[in-house]
Amino acid sequence: MPRRDDISKILLIGAGPIVIGQACEFDYSGAQACKALREEGYEVVLVNSNPATIMTDPGFADRTYVEPLTEEALTAIIRRERPDALLPTMGGQTALNLAVRLEESGVLKRYQVELIGATADVIRRAEDRGLFKKAMAEIGLAVPRSGSAHSLEEARQVQAEIGAWPVILRPGFTLGGAGGGIARNAAEFEAICANGLALSPVGEVLIEESVLGWKEFEMEVMRDRKDNACIVCSIENLDPMGVHTGDSITVAPAQTLTDREYQALRDASLAVMRVIGVETGGANVQFAVNPSDGRLVVIEMNPRVSRSSALASKATGFPIAKIAAKLAIGYTLDELPNDITRSTPACFEPSLDYIVVKAPRFAFEKFQGSDDTLTTQMKSVGETMAIGRNFKQALQKALRSLEIGRAGLVRRADAEGQLADAELEKAVARPSPLRLFHLREALARGWEIDRVARLSGVDPWFLRQIAEIVAFEEEIAAAKTLAGLEADRALFAQTKEFGFSDKQLAVRLGVAEGEVRAARERIGLRPTFGVVDTCAAEFAAATPYFYSAYGDEPEAPLPPAEKKKIMILGGGPNRIGQGIEFDYCCVHACQALRKAGYETVMVNSNPETVSTDYDTSDRLYFEPVTLEDVLEVYRRERCDGAIVQFGGQTPLNLALELKAAGVNVIGTSPENIEKAEDREFFKQLADQVGVKQPANGTATDLAGALAVARRVGFPVLVRPSFVLGGRAMAIVYTEPFFEKFCAEAFAASEGRPVLIDKFLEDAVEVDVDCIADGEIEVIGAVMEHIEKAGIHSGDSACAIPPQGLDPALVDRIREHTQALARGLNVRGLMNVQYAVQDGEVYILEVNPRASRTVPFVSKATGVPLAGYAARVMAGESLKKIGFTQEVVLRHVAVKEAVLPFARFPGCDVRLTPEMKSTGEVMGMDPDPGMAFVKSQQAAGNPLPGEGGVFISVSGERPSDRVEMVKFAKELVEMGYGIWATCGTATLLRESGVPARAAFAISEGRPHVLDLVLDGAVGWIVNVPSGCQPQLDEVKMRTEAVRRGIPMTTTIRGLRAALDGLKTLRRNAEFEVLSLQEYNRATARKGGRKS
Amino acid sequence: MSGASGNWAARREKKAFLALADGTVIRGWSCGAAADRLGEVVFNTGMTGYEEILTDPSYAGQLVALTMPEIGNTGFNREDHESAAIHASGLIVREMNPPSNWRSEETLEAALVRWNVPALAGVDTRSLTLKLREGGTQKAYLCATGALSPEEAVAKARAWEGLDGQDYASKVSAPKAYDWTGDLLADAPLVAVIDYGIKFNTLRLLEREGFRVRVLNAHAKAVDVLALKPAGVMLSNGPADPAALPYAAEMIRGLLGKVPIMGICLGHQLLGLALGGRTCRLKFGHHGCNHPVKDLRASTVEITSQNHNYMVAADSLDPAVAEITHVSLNDGTVEGLEAKKYPAFSLQYHPEAAPGPHDAVPAFKRFRRLMGRA
Repeated sequence: MPRRDDISKILLIGAGPIVIGQACEFDYSGAQACKALREEGYEVVLVNSNPATIMTDPGFADRTYVEPLTEEALTAIIRRERPDALLPTMGGQTALNLAVRLEESGVLKRYQVELIGATADVIRRAEDRGLFKKAMAEIGLAVPRSGSAHSLEEARQVQAEIGAWPVILRPGFTLGGAGGGIARNAAEFEAICANGLALSPVGEVLIEESVLGWKEFEMEVMRDRKDNACIVCSIENLDPMGVHTGDSITVAPAQTLTDREYQALRDASLAVMRVIGVETGGANVQFAVNPSDGRLVVIEMNPRVSRSSALASKATGFPIAKIAAKLAIGYTLDELPNDITRSTPACFEPSLDYIVVKAPRFAFEKFQGSDDTLTTQMKSVGETMAIGRNFKQALQKALRSLEIGRAGLVRRADAEGQLADAELEKAVARPSPLRLFHLREALARGWEIDRVARLSGVDPWFLRQIAEIVAFEEEIAAAKTLAGLEADRALFAQTKEFGFSDKQLAVRLGVAEGEVRAARERIGLRPTFGVVDTCAAEFAAATPYFYSAYGDEPEAPLPPAEKKKIMILGGGPNRIGQGIEFDYCCVHACQALRKAGYETVMVNSNPETVSTDYDTSDRLYFEPVTLEDVLEVYRRERCDGAIVQFGGQTPLNLALELKAAGVNVIGTSPENIEKAEDREFFKQLADQVGVKQPANGTATDLAGALAVARRVGFPVLVRPSFVLGGRAMAIVYTEPFFEKFCAEAFAASEGRPVLIDKFLEDAVEVDVDCIADGEIEVIGAVMEHIEKAGIHSGDSACAIPPQGLDPALVDRIREHTQALARGLNVRGLMNVQYAVQDGEVYILEVNPRASRTVPFVSKATGVPLAGYAARVMAGESLKKIGFTQEVVLRHVAVKEAVLPFARFPGCDVRLTPEMKSTGEVMGMDPDPGMAFVKSQQAAGNPLPGEGGVFISVSGERPSDRVEMVKFAKELVEMGYGIWATCGTATLLRESGVPARAAFAISEGRPHVLDLVLDGAVGWIVNVPSGCQPQLDEVKMRTEAVRRGIPMTTTIRGLRAALDGLKTLRRNAEFEVLSLQEYNRATARKGGRKS
Repeated sequence: MSGASGNWAARREKKAFLALADGTVIRGWSCGAAADRLGEVVFNTGMTGYEEILTDPSYAGQLVALTMPEIGNTGFNREDHESAAIHASGLIVREMNPPSNWRSEETLEAALVRWNVPALAGVDTRSLTLKLREGGTQKAYLCATGALSPEEAVAKARAWEGLDGQDYASKVSAPKAYDWTGDLLADAPLVAVIDYGIKFNTLRLLEREGFRVRVLNAHAKAVDVLALKPAGVMLSNGPADPAALPYAAEMIRGLLGKVPIMGICLGHQLLGLALGGRTCRLKFGHHGCNHPVKDLRASTVEITSQNHNYMVAADSLDPAVAEITHVSLNDGTVEGLEAKKYPAFSLQYHPEAAPGPHDAVPAFKRFRRLMGRA
């Protein structure tokens, strides 16, 4: 059946901001879907609030709406665009939920929009636990015994029916299992239930028999409208049931199933797909298998593309999202070609002749106080995937890709090595980010595999692999020296087959990594590169998608290069501070350079990204972004240059070593990138440019640091050098706290100096992105922060163009920026951060590289900054490219951060100089206030239009109190009721503002939490006090985050909110505009001379 | 150390090897019986089912290289046998592992030793596969003992007669007829199975369809088969070259029109020959669990399990005599045919799976319908 001709315009919903459980894998799938649909001649209308996505690049859809993913905005877009169909399966849970709401509210029917890919019934059957259970019973498949509850009372009954502890709790319709957990007793049960009921948008919690410790498997299934179906990939979780699959180390294909057992899973997956009714597209089915008798139960199914389907696509070469999109518009699997072989059809099941290991990356260090036990609620912020010829290679590659200070399955004497046996026993039994290393330690101490398996629930097959890696270290030790290893080529080769990195060997043998590399090269021991070909070499592959392996004979030689080759280094696993924004830059570099006639070579290890899609670059290497792995690719490909400044800190950290090893690092020189962190040089540069710096100094020890702090005076900003995302950065107000924060900064700095700046209070922060080619410097955009200085720029809302700054001052900032670019001899991108205090401009930081704000600036202005920068680095001039002037906007774009605090109970909800947000959204509107309101809606914190507002402003800054009175007055005029702490309420009443007093939590009741519980208060304005959070404030903010109540923490934020709310009231209807329309308006207006 | 014993030094020495007729020598370590074997090297791309593959009589005379790198993970158990013995001449793998599976009864290594079948581990089976893909199937000598020099082994591989023109079915066929089903099905309609190398799962599925099953030797005569008054005759799968079994095609011609017939794999090729077709060799065969086959009449696709080096040439079939009902979506070759004038059909792939997907299992229902017993 060919494509459907009865539809022509298709609406696609993206997944919105990056949050835990829903990350850039949906950009990857959405971008693929957009391409697939347009390729077929459909008109594509795309909605996504996330500006850092590739899919929202204006070229990917006919109309791109960067608008909040709310029913209101979607209705406005549907009304305006009148699409024939809505494809809801590409944007994760967000898109599915939204599609169901639009269907239930009758919008889809009214505007005659057909749901394709998954109908509302299918979504409900898959998501509603009761319906799902019924469907499974119909096809004779077991599910864990369970029941759903809508109240605590009902929940207790269900638990009593199951009749055993522990039980698993899952709130209905939440992302990545948010609010779920394992209850081992009644107390835990009540707590998790209450939280889950609150978090579930439908107020439902599923209570389930525990299958803790069972083996967990996932199957990725495709089905077309003729009922042809195939399994794309099987995935086995190394961590047993009880750990969310997103937090598990997973392996593809499944390793411990006989054919009989595997086929039972396959049959069950297809039956689930059919009974749920997914007619076209992909789905993911999760199973638990009892390791002692093989009893099989179905856990859940997702009738959409998912994180696992992105992983499966990267692991097999089968582009699930692309094919799913084509199936949704009428094709059948046999009509579509397999992209990789091009000679065989997509209707087949990929066969792997390698092993894939995915490992999650966590960020608990950013959320102190939270428990790092892994549960059914996902907590990881990123992942890395590695491909090896065997499991050991894949595992060790995955671990070194994680960048957690371990070059493989390495023991740390100062961590797990310190644990007494009894502690280790507990650590082995408790799933945590470091459990794999605890398993390793236990096996190294000679614990029997069976004992470790019993404690951990990890299959003995995996434990044996780990034990063999550990045991093999003795073998390496037998070589005694590097010379010994070099003399025994067979042993050296075997070492590499076991996945040991040069760095691991260097540490073992007490030499430098470079020496190991040199020895390896002397005996010609080099990796060979396998092709990810979907078919285990049965057919020739047309797509160059590679991985390295050892112990193999070389595959077909490289085709002769016809063009210049540029290597682009990606950022590895996502983490807070280094995520999709940098991948966006890498993808743009690939696109722009390919268009400009270069051949591009991509190296990255992140399976979620667009950069690791096989058709983003000319040649894709799915490899760890480490010196050893990158060098081997560079040499094999004989690249002409490498771009290190787009992938974030990961490739930047390699820049000098790559250069020393002969790599031609193009763009701003690594030395100058490094120099920008050098305080002495920076001071000279600032003086030369004529811009002030806050008083500052550097120190290499605690005493020195304290001396600097005393000299510049408290409060001070303490930060390590060479980190991204403000790791271990803090504002310290008084000496007693200084030592603690400073110690953390020294730890994060890893031997490099710690920087101490005078902290500028009540300052406005300004970010500038700029591009330079050695001749001219062009400003990308000037961004004004809405939060005060002192909050990490990644966590701060900001606006383009600046809303509250004097134009002359903004011009001064532009000039400083250009002078800095000249001073640093920038070839490519540069980001500068300033603080403005009392009309005075201070420079805080210069980074001559791609910044997190590049995609936001590009979306707001329509200028593809990263692509231009890549061409500049390859030698083109900005004049030739045609970008010589800053663009002037007629609209306003506001970026807002999205924070993951709800995932980390126990951690203080607080914005600091250390970045904590996982993602961002953009609100765009011709009206500044409305742009802010849209950004808040998009971030999931819509401001209430009425009701009670609780105000608490600390007494430390009198200016805050004055402004607060002004705003409280406006709130009352708009009809809000004001609640405040006793002191604040008195002050307000004295100023003529009616306000009711509530106790602070520690003072008595009713206090603010009671008001929140009663529903009297739906918005909290809490401007926190200085350094150490007061207990009350922590409790209040925690509760607000838990209940999803919007909270404003700065006076500036409050002002923006009020402006926006007023606009919202003025406008009768929610208005939307597409990026293409904004860009057209911008282009007509023309640029300002920069 | 907890059981992670490493005879790694021995493995590094790589004393065992595989010598191909083209002179290539691939080294590894022995992980099966200390024996040497001649055979035809084929690769199988299935990711599960090494036990079923090894015990499938169709692999007689072949050295099987598995592209799945981690092997042995689920051990060996009696339940998953497809015949009473390991029939493959040898096994070639990347990694050989001890098992972890609740049904495992012994390690794969132990099973190989027990059946005196050699195996070679530490081999880059991907590059071996690439070689076979480019150059076609090769004769080879698997030297697990290390007793021969590579040159001698290559010479032996070259001198071996190979599988073309060889009757291996006679070697693996049950010497005497036997009843597969018990008394419970004594009154059920009978299916006579001609054993050219039958797999247990075909018998199990016939039984599941409610048939009494009697297995006959490959050399059974048509009159003797018909004397049993079977409701249908199943022509089984089996090893080597169909063209070397003129007695079988002859026998089938004696059955055509007299009893409904279903053929699988070698049985399919034999039906093709009986209907006047010709068989020929595929370059490197179809061996795996992921082969898409299109049903030309229903226009649907099944993911199938396959294992064959020979095929029925499409252009050799007279459309008035035999209709091509199924084709491979990978290379367009014939995957199924149906006699125009007689109740007979056959499939080149394995509807009984084991190993592989169960998509094609309904073929047994089709056989039932053909017998007028839907």
